[in-house]
Amino acid sequence: MSTIAQKKGFGATVWDFLTTVDHKKIAILYLIAGGFFFLVGGLEAVFIRIQLAVPNNDFVSAGAFNEIITMHGTTMIFLAAMPLIFAFMNAVMPLQIGARDVAFPFVNALGFWLFFFGGIFLNLSWFLGGAPDAGWTSYASLALHSKGHGIDFYVLGLQISGIGTLIGGINFLVTIINMRAPGMTYMRMPLFTWTTFVASALILFAFPPLTVGLTLMMFDRLFGANFFDVTMGGNTVIWEHLFWIFGHPEVYILILPAFGIFSEIFSIFSRKRLFGYSSMVFATVLIGFLGFMVWAHHMFTTGLGPVANAIFAVATMAIGVPTGIKIFNWLFTMWGGSVKFTVPMYYAFGFIPSFVMGGVTGVMVATAAADYQYHDTYFVVAHFHYVIVGGVVLGILAGVHLWWPKMFGTMLSETLGKVTFWFFFIGFHLTFFIQHFLGLWGMPRRVFTYLPGQGFDTANMVSSIGAAFMSIGVLVMLYNIIMTSVKNVKVGNDPWEDGRTLEWSIPSPPPFYNFKQLPLVRGLDAYWIEKMDGKKGMTPAEPLGDIHMPNGSFIPFMIALGLFIAAFGAMYHVDKEAWALPVLIIGLLVTFGSMFVRSIKDDHGFHIHKEELQDEKGAKA
Amino acid sequence: MHAEEKMTYETWPAEPEKSTLEAKNKFLGFWLFLGGETVLFATLFATYLALKDKVPNTSQPLAKDLFELPLTFVATMLLLTSSITSVYAMYHMKNFAFKKMMLWLGLTVLLGLGFLGLEVYEFSHYVHEGHKFTSSAFGSAFYSLVGFHGGHVAFGLCWILTLMIRNSKRGLSLYNAPKFYVASLYWHFIDVVWVFIFTVVYLMGMVG
Ligand SMILES: [Cu+2]
Repeated sequence: MSTIAQKKGFGATVWDFLTTVDHKKIAILYLIAGGFFFLVGGLEAVFIRIQLAVPNNDFVSAGAFNEIITMHGTTMIFLAAMPLIFAFMNAVMPLQIGARDVAFPFVNALGFWLFFFGGIFLNLSWFLGGAPDAGWTSYASLALHSKGHGIDFYVLGLQISGIGTLIGGINFLVTIINMRAPGMTYMRMPLFTWTTFVASALILFAFPPLTVGLTLMMFDRLFGANFFDVTMGGNTVIWEHLFWIFGHPEVYILILPAFGIFSEIFSIFSRKRLFGYSSMVFATVLIGFLGFMVWAHHMFTTGLGPVANAIFAVATMAIGVPTGIKIFNWLFTMWGGSVKFTVPMYYAFGFIPSFVMGGVTGVMVATAAADYQYHDTYFVVAHFHYVIVGGVVLGILAGVHLWWPKMFGTMLSETLGKVTFWFFFIGFHLTFFIQHFLGLWGMPRRVFTYLPGQGFDTANMVSSIGAAFMSIGVLVMLYNIIMTSVKNVKVGNDPWEDGRTLEWSIPSPPPFYNFKQLPLVRGLDAYWIEKMDGKKGMTPAEPLGDIHMPNGSFIPFMIALGLFIAAFGAMYHVDKEAWALPVLIIGLLVTFGSMFVRSIKDDHGFHIHKEELQDEKGAKA
Repeated sequence: MHAEEKMTYETWPAEPEKSTLEAKNKFLGFWLFLGGETVLFATLFATYLALKDKVPNTSQPLAKDLFELPLTFVATMLLLTSSITSVYAMYHMKNFAFKKMMLWLGLTVLLGLGFLGLEVYEFSHYVHEGHKFTSSAFGSAFYSLVGFHGGHVAFGLCWILTLMIRNSKRGLSLYNAPKFYVASLYWHFIDVVWVFIFTVVYLMGMVG
């Protein structure tokens, strides 16, 4: 198998990725697609900062500015951060629990293609008459009156990619519950697996409200319904509720896995067991639980009344407690450890003060009475960029460096990594720290320009310079990735030398069946325990036997493609285009036809026989 | 146990829906999916309750003017009975009685079709009385909630029928037993949702 893989041509490789159901390859697809959208969203951010660098600027028009900020937020959350997190969940989680794949490999591929086509659909709006322009929250009062098809692109694109995320979440949950290796009890699971577990549960309960919200918006805009139209008895606040019932858990869906990544990093590079493992698990679950009871803190100024505001304010502040537990556990993990300053550890160090600042301003905006002052100003922009960039993005960048060798078998340059870190970290604080003050001085968010002489000029210029720093950091990282791939120096199982969990006990990248024999887990940090006992690898939990593997399939691609086509039909149907209805029907036929084929065609997978596995072992020795 | 193995009454396990890893995964994954579906319907219910009787002018009918007990009662009975017949089908599946399972599944499908027919009649009746999807927020919310449920019924019917036709000639195996099982789980779920619709939309609607 492995010898065939090396001889494959370009076309065969592409086909391989189009039909793959292997979690490691799907992870690479998520990484590439998410990385691409991260660059797109980053470019939009750069445009925003150029426009705002000086007062009265006309780099972009007011209308275009609305489209850019909307697409920046939407792209970064749904099409960059989510899939990049999913890349690590796919690449690492099955390895950490000692599984040969996820529970539903076919569904895993389907989830990726749905996300991908949804993202492409949304971004095609730039070329087809204009992007959505009602902000990433797309409040109904704005969205219903937006001209053109921008909002329709938003609604349909997010709907398609949202379904992909939802089935991905279910898949991870089942994988973790059913497919752990012998001895891998819940309280021996690595923290990244735990956070994947809780984040997946959040996905399961948070995405359906978004699905419904988007459906209602679609009905209103495309099929003449009146959910949000006040003159017809509708209520626009319903959208706000649905969006934030999804939207708040969404930030935990993003940040919890980042917490998981940092937990791994602190433990690996302090060469010490994670301090307070059980309390870390407890805090993760508690944050996930509380995350569902705080959504209305985004709506303090909507007018829900003092009682509702007070309850949601208190619930929000309560989340500070489990988060604080985590921060102290990380600090105590380093305490007395022999700390190694690698690139992932740089990010972990940078993360703590950055995220704590985001947490402190979080408590400030959670104070309902004070929030009337902060609401809709740059203070809020600064706050959520401190948690999202200071938490999630630093976590993703750390994860890229930490697991790059496991995913690709090569090590990113540490020197270039540190250059990236310093540019990005300094640039980040330069960009967003000053925005707290811009907000307090009264600069509203989402304005496309401002007049000179209001005290905003210097601060905005500083902020824009910071954005340039961040861009340089990202470019250096791209260069790093290219150079590493070109040099292609292969590394062994445990390139950081201090790996503690199961993924470091197998080759980098792992063979397509991951574990020749499922490992026996004897405690937390399973691989570390074996190393401390002087063993080279894991003790197998089973004799060498046949391995059952799933077949690749092109059907996931087709199911997603069908919805992509159907979305165009649904959208242009309103313009009374003659071709719209047929396109809608064709698209749905492709989707349901592919599902039908999948359901009537038996797919039993295949077996790798014991003898082949033995041969491979012989060949290596 | 391999999923492809040819089974007999003697070798058929007590829980055929959970006897292989694939089946266990399918079983659990489907329960989780139903968890997500519950949230989806809960959201639709909340929207409906917020927009109930919200109409732009007084000429439009409200819930108490529209709903009539006899029709919805018959529909409820049809669907509840279909849930029982699908239980019988799964009972026979567990006993490796393929023919009997197919018979009960067939009955389930017929009852489901009866329910859908009544729903179509009911909707056209309402439209006639001026209660349309586009006429008010109340209309939009009503047809979305009840229509979503109806769509689930239709999808469930197609699903069960596909399974029946596909497996009509080859009997039960550990590969298709979990498929039948989760389809029947889905059918029960649809039934439970309907009980809530019957209560929240129709009964509570009729009292005002
Ligand atoms: Cu929030």
